[in-house]
Amino acid sequence: MDAELIAMQLFSGVALGAILIMVALGLSIIFGMLGVVNFAHGALFMVGAYAGLWVASLTGSFWWGLLVAPVAIGLFGMAIERVLIRPLYRRSVDDPLLLTFGLGYVLVEAVRIAFGSDGIPFPTPPELAGVADLGIGFFPIYRLFVVGVVAAVLILVWLCLEKTRFGLIVRAGARDPLIMRVLGVDIAGVWLLVFGLGVGLTALGGVLAAPMRNVNPEMGSLVLAEAFVVTVIGGMGSLVGAVVAGLLVGVAISMTALFAPEMATIVMFALMALVLLVRPQGLFGKPGRA
Amino acid sequence: MMSSKQGKSGASRRDVLAGLSAGTALLAMPWVARAQGETIRIGFPTPLTGPFAAEAKDQVKSAELAVKLVNDKGGIAGRKVELLVRDDKLNAGEAATRTLELIEKDKVHAVVGALSSAVQLAVNEVTRARGVIYVSISQSDTINEVKDFSRFTFHEALNPHMTTAAVAKHTFKQGTKVAYLVADYAYGHEMLRGFKRAEAALGATGVGEILHPFGAADYSTFMPRLRSMRPDILCICNFGRDQANAIKQAVDFGMKQQMQIVVPVLLHNQRLAIGPEAFEGVIGGANYYWGLEEAIPSAKAFNDAFRAANGGAVPTDYGAYGFTGVYSLLLAMEKAGGTDTDKVIAALEELQYDIAKGPQHYRKCDHQSVQSVLVLESKKKADMGSEADFFRVVATEPASESILRSCSELGLPA
Repeated sequence: MDAELIAMQLFSGVALGAILIMVALGLSIIFGMLGVVNFAHGALFMVGAYAGLWVASLTGSFWWGLLVAPVAIGLFGMAIERVLIRPLYRRSVDDPLLLTFGLGYVLVEAVRIAFGSDGIPFPTPPELAGVADLGIGFFPIYRLFVVGVVAAVLILVWLCLEKTRFGLIVRAGARDPLIMRVLGVDIAGVWLLVFGLGVGLTALGGVLAAPMRNVNPEMGSLVLAEAFVVTVIGGMGSLVGAVVAGLLVGVAISMTALFAPEMATIVMFALMALVLLVRPQGLFGKPGRA
Repeated sequence: MMSSKQGKSGASRRDVLAGLSAGTALLAMPWVARAQGETIRIGFPTPLTGPFAAEAKDQVKSAELAVKLVNDKGGIAGRKVELLVRDDKLNAGEAATRTLELIEKDKVHAVVGALSSAVQLAVNEVTRARGVIYVSISQSDTINEVKDFSRFTFHEALNPHMTTAAVAKHTFKQGTKVAYLVADYAYGHEMLRGFKRAEAALGATGVGEILHPFGAADYSTFMPRLRSMRPDILCICNFGRDQANAIKQAVDFGMKQQMQIVVPVLLHNQRLAIGPEAFEGVIGGANYYWGLEEAIPSAKAFNDAFRAANGGAVPTDYGAYGFTGVYSLLLAMEKAGGTDTDKVIAALEELQYDIAKGPQHYRKCDHQSVQSVLVLESKKKADMGSEADFFRVVATEPASESILRSCSELGLPA
């Protein structure tokens, strides 16, 4: 077991974590701001991948798919919030949960009807095909690209939430929506945008994952489980938590893959159980919420 | 609501019940009368949902074709055949429940099906306990062995021993270094066992094995270690979407430039789902490939019937199992003149059939179907003559009992 291999394994873990972060981020934003546990998150990830595939096949370019699909699915997410979820805010927290749970099934079946239940090839864009020599080993260029995109998106989301007036309203609204209403802020409009943003992020995750894992109607179900584990470890609703936990889980999976590969899936659940025992609100979560 | 007290008006509950049971008896009467011409029912559990769904649906299409061909010819001894398809969800418990239901409630005369080594063993447990014939169409070595075998158990699929021996014979050489990426469940374990045995016989060396969790979506974390083993051959022993994802990601990591990728079973549907680029040059075994029609008349007949029933589509490897599994059983029933279990078992043991891929027969001691094993290589996009022209046949290991483990090794009397 040489140092190069361990370094390479660490890097693989970080790259895997980047994808986990992308998926967990939207889930965490929606829960943190709206208090909605979005069980349709995995299905929307899958719908995003299919939308990306569809746009890419129409235009002949992966880049249009990457650009258009997240925006389109984000708008679709806003429609879901406006029509289906908004009427449920006054009711118990279980109602949006049940609604999105059912919605997930509807989306998967709809995609099966429209695109068939077999997988569809999604080739790596030719500009990003091939491997790069990192000095410690070879790594696919496309995965490096994904790490770059995720980093850029994280910086953008952070700037948007911390440095803009919109971000200020979002953060205030998450703490006390009633006061925001009293101050004359249209909190309903803010929630609409936040839900759209969260859904758009998971759709982007779907398009990014497609060239690595290909596209099939069930691709969202595993992703949903991973996203929940990451948000629970990081703390439900905490963005920093989603990032740290995403990287942590990625590296944990990668290191387990090196020493006990058959445990590589179970390790994230073990990690979650451990965190819940020691710190039930998650690494960066505030006690009392959820 | 019906009152529990006898009312002054209307029918009493006793009258109603009496009437109902009389009606039921009337309805049941014709069934008794036409028992002679009773439909032959074949139970067919298969994982219609989950990661093997594509292969499962092909099994159903081909099995339905076999039933249709027999019914078109007037059925068996004047009786129509019906296929009862059930979703086993790729879950052993679900499969056992569905199979029990098929036997107890639907009164099936035999069971064909399953698509996972663990699931077929669960189906086999139920059928052999109930004394119902089961034709398994999923790869397994254990089902041949004395512990799981029963006289009701037939195995139409290839088994890992014969598959891996054929694939290894045409890829492993003296001194070849082989690294394995293996799905951590029965199928992966059995394939690995087969390859290790072939490896020893051919003088190749194993340089490492990695077991991966079943149904994993990401294989990137296994690649650095596989590369560090510096193998000549990377042997990926998994199935369905796992195969597609593992091959795709190995190619993304540039593994194909340094080593040959070999799989036990090269899947038509996964090649379809991933595209020609990633699969190019990958070598693996198969029970069937539609391209056999150039050389084998029964393959041509099967393909043509399948095309006619399915809008021009060609049958796939696992799809063909559905056809040969159901058809061989129906041929035996025809010979036995009906569904009497002992007579059908005797007929299956005697049966010589050539219905899709050349001559086949069930070996008497373990009821394993003796048949050819194909070794295929995935074609380059430029070399594809038609849309479904995926593979080149590298070699055909002819049907012979010599490619099976001996009866005594299985713990069975010859």
